[in-house]
Amino acid sequence: MANPNLAGNTSGSLDVHGINTSRDTMLGIMARKFFKNKLAVFGGVFLIVIITAAILAPVIAPYSPSKQNLLLKLQPPNSEHWLGTDRFGRDVFSRLLYGARISLLVGFASVLGSITIGTFLGAVAGYVGGIVDAMIMRFVDVILSIPSIFLLITLVTIFKPGVDKLILIFALLGWTTTARLVRGEFLSLRTREFVLASKTIGTKTMTIIFSHILPNAMGPIIVSATLAVGYVILAESGLSYLGLGIQPPHASWGNMLQDAQNFTILLKSWWYPLAPGLMILMTVICFNFVGDGLRDALDPKINE
Amino acid sequence: MSNTTLIDNENLLEIRNLKTYYPVKGGFFRRTIGNVKAVDDVSFEIKKGETLGLVGESGCGKSTTGRTIIRLLNATDGEILFEGKDITKLRGKTLQAIRQDIQMVFQDPYASLNPMQMVGDIVSEPIRNFKNVSMNDLKDEVMDLLTKVGLPEDAYYKYAHEFSGGQRQRIGIARALALRPKLIIADEPVSALDVSVQSQVLNLLKQLQKEFDLTFLFIAHDLSVVKHMSDRIGVMYLGNMVEIAERNSMYAEPLHPYTQALISAIPMPDPRRKKERIVLEGDVPSPLNPPTGCPFHPRCPAAMAECSQVKSALKEVKPGHRVACHLY
Repeated sequence: MANPNLAGNTSGSLDVHGINTSRDTMLGIMARKFFKNKLAVFGGVFLIVIITAAILAPVIAPYSPSKQNLLLKLQPPNSEHWLGTDRFGRDVFSRLLYGARISLLVGFASVLGSITIGTFLGAVAGYVGGIVDAMIMRFVDVILSIPSIFLLITLVTIFKPGVDKLILIFALLGWTTTARLVRGEFLSLRTREFVLASKTIGTKTMTIIFSHILPNAMGPIIVSATLAVGYVILAESGLSYLGLGIQPPHASWGNMLQDAQNFTILLKSWWYPLAPGLMILMTVICFNFVGDGLRDALDPKINE
Repeated sequence: MSNTTLIDNENLLEIRNLKTYYPVKGGFFRRTIGNVKAVDDVSFEIKKGETLGLVGESGCGKSTTGRTIIRLLNATDGEILFEGKDITKLRGKTLQAIRQDIQMVFQDPYASLNPMQMVGDIVSEPIRNFKNVSMNDLKDEVMDLLTKVGLPEDAYYKYAHEFSGGQRQRIGIARALALRPKLIIADEPVSALDVSVQSQVLNLLKQLQKEFDLTFLFIAHDLSVVKHMSDRIGVMYLGNMVEIAERNSMYAEPLHPYTQALISAIPMPDPRRKKERIVLEGDVPSPLNPPTGCPFHPRCPAAMAECSQVKSALKEVKPGHRVACHLY
């Protein structure tokens, strides 16, 4: 049964039929499509740099993020303090690195949580339908009808703010949009003929949900996850900016902005608010770029 | 006609008084306010090894009939006997077991294959669901199936979107064949394909029928396709079987006025032949609120007074030719 002239047989091992068995072709195609998208690659590289810097913050940071030196307050960027100093004389670059840790941790961890909850509940609602669907979706409506910023503020004031509580709150509030999205995908996918076909060939319900429907809904889920990371980083910054998020002296991009919220600083030491502001902006934009790139890469119908 | 005369050991499938209704929900508490009678009291049988063509215009319930038989939909009433065994109410494991014997080829080859799966995985899935086969045996079997339906072996590692419509339908056929079923329900398997490709797929089905001893329930709306494929033909109208007969008998001498109108509409590749086309007036009534009596009487050129009162049962007018019409 050997068949020597096969297209795309450039890598991987050959089986007894002489056919390329490398099962990573789909991943290969996806990677190629992703790398063709310049913005997505730019976003990905930028995010990798930020994430690496955040992880290596203790190694990279030239100063301790909380070491004050009131003699050197509000210094403009110079060779000793690359991004200047804040109003307590702390090194802005070091604080930015430690702030990235908090912001990214809150972003990733809470989105991981909310995506998991949302995907599970949305999948159940969409596939099972009926009364289960109605109950889950009405619950979603209730949560969505509460203005999230007020709820966030209320919860944060009840439970003393901290990284773990922020993650929990964002995860428990953020899953609703994912649930809606996933439910919608499941509703339209469950009547598709390939799902009916898998029923007629005797595939079990759980296999149908998780290996037939879910992979086809993965594109929108991943996109919404990347966008959600951006949103959570923004929301955390907003909360910290209001003084309700990460508490000083711990650094987060949001409370650095809040710290810079002073007319004199804004006018005379513009570099100080610029640094965390730019970081928030760039990070959120890059998450969006990567999300777009992933969506195109994950959809086999979109050609390279 | 009474059901007892239908019982015959040669029958692979028997449908008795099958009804499939779709409930229509409405109002605040989503109560059932009506039923779409998609299949309304249909009876027929399919003998081992034959092809029964099921024709009718869209919305007449032919696809619903097929999907009810393969248990994608639950019958509202009636019985589906497969090899003499009632499969209408099977659930769980016993239903799984029967799935090996009845398979389906779907209408839209662009929707019936999972876009995220490789062809090898699509075709091997039914086998993996039922048997414990080693990876190599599985691959051999799938390659064999792919060859049988006329696909190259390297299709195994490709994705469905890399194939044309006709090739995709071949993949769907390979999947349906994988469990060596006894009955295949082909739900308009070529209506989404180009005409040039249609005949290739039809001939493949015929060839596989011989090779694997298959019995087909062939659903279509194209009368020439049905004529090419079927041994016997059933005509459906608004959820009812109005006529069922041997192919030649049906085309030579259609009895029901609806069948006559359908057959008169087949285009003839002969410009000198004078066509006497019967044009039906009006539209198909809503299956939500079907007319009383014979469902066809509002459009029937030969309607009589009793047609609007009493629905005629299928009666055998000639040997093997049954029709539901008061004219006979």
